[in-house]
Amino acid sequence: MKLLFNYLIFPGLLFSATIGLFAGWIDRKVTARLQWRKGPPWHQNFTDIIKLLGKETIVPEGASFTFLFSPYVGFLGLALAATILGIAIRSPLQSFTADLIVVLYLLTLPAVTMILGAFSSCNPLASIGASREMKLVLAYELPFILSMIVVIIKSGVAIQLGQILDHQARLGANLVSWSGAIAFVVSILCMQAKLGLVPFDASEAEQEIMGGVLIEYSGLPLAIFKLTKAVLLYTMPLFLIVTFWGNNLSPLVLIGKYIALLVVIILIKNTNPRLRIDQSLRFFWRFPTLLATLAIVLALFGL
Amino acid sequence: MDFKLKALTKSIWVFHVSAASCNNCDIEILDCLTPRHDLERFGIQLIGSVRHADALLIAGVVNKKCIPRIKKIYEQAPKPCLVIAVGQCAQSQHMFRFSYNVVEPLDKILPVDLYIPGCPPKPEAIIDGIVKLVTKIRKSK
Repeated sequence: MKLLFNYLIFPGLLFSATIGLFAGWIDRKVTARLQWRKGPPWHQNFTDIIKLLGKETIVPEGASFTFLFSPYVGFLGLALAATILGIAIRSPLQSFTADLIVVLYLLTLPAVTMILGAFSSCNPLASIGASREMKLVLAYELPFILSMIVVIIKSGVAIQLGQILDHQARLGANLVSWSGAIAFVVSILCMQAKLGLVPFDASEAEQEIMGGVLIEYSGLPLAIFKLTKAVLLYTMPLFLIVTFWGNNLSPLVLIGKYIALLVVIILIKNTNPRLRIDQSLRFFWRFPTLLATLAIVLALFGL
Repeated sequence: MDFKLKALTKSIWVFHVSAASCNNCDIEILDCLTPRHDLERFGIQLIGSVRHADALLIAGVVNKKCIPRIKKIYEQAPKPCLVIAVGQCAQSQHMFRFSYNVVEPLDKILPVDLYIPGCPPKPEAIIDGIVKLVTKIRKSK
């Protein structure tokens, strides 16, 4: 019963979706203010979701069952990641062995389900979007996992979120060291790509491939995908806070840290043009991968 | 009043159908999204795919080649879907009325919810029209 409550309501599905939608509104509002516009009202993202729930769902001819199946898998899997993170923050002793690796896998799930759904929708533009998304996953997963290895080394070869938090509470944040700082920058870049925001949003470029992976989705599945993006916007910064910046996680400080990461995301989004897929692949395999490797070497030397 | 419909009127995602228009209406539609008029404050967004659309914004005179395509686009849009005719051409065929390839006006092909006259209509006129449409939808239920 308590587990179900944890998963469905408090640190899990409902809570993370609400916070994520609200963060999405902050993103839209700040973007609007930067462009000298007024921006949407605070309930805009919630209204969008409610409206999409009331619309007709169209399944294109020839689509396989993964078309309707994949949005739910991504959403529920990501909500599980949010739950694990939330419980690790609330009571670090309750976290289980190797949950860092479980969270890493669950965070890849939205991209994988998006690729599956797009490929099963029988639309050429959706397959272009899916193939771009796939290349992007190949590009950012390598530096992201390398920077997580830095975290593991820094916190004394611990692959348990509770132990990582405990280590940071005793000896200071992972961020405050050369290797930690470098890995943090790398993982912020990977976070931007994971969220599918502007410099790395070639997979759903609205202007060239008309929404890309989401092109054939309407109504409920589209709402689920939007919710998945919202939960990702809540989970990714939280994951980085837990792994790199987890020295003090009292609620107010946690909110402050979350907002700081959100500001970084919005700033990167608003000051960069969209990269072509080959450019982003080249980018990720050069600087962030090299930097992350350097960070691992530094971490092994104890810096 | 209907909750779903209220949500629909507060977040209208617009798909822009350019049916052989002369580009003036298109430019005025894009003007609505610029900082001066900023339709996003009402939740109105221009989107790329018909599948996400709540409203089809049709500009330009509908000629013989366009008719099957416009019908197809309307069938692809998920219902409930509004149809808005922007500009004089879309509603009355304007100066192309006696042209050889123009057969019938838009409202003979699709159920049009809103006509915005003008050649091209000003952004203020488009916003005014949308406000009238939204109040009409809210009163009807």
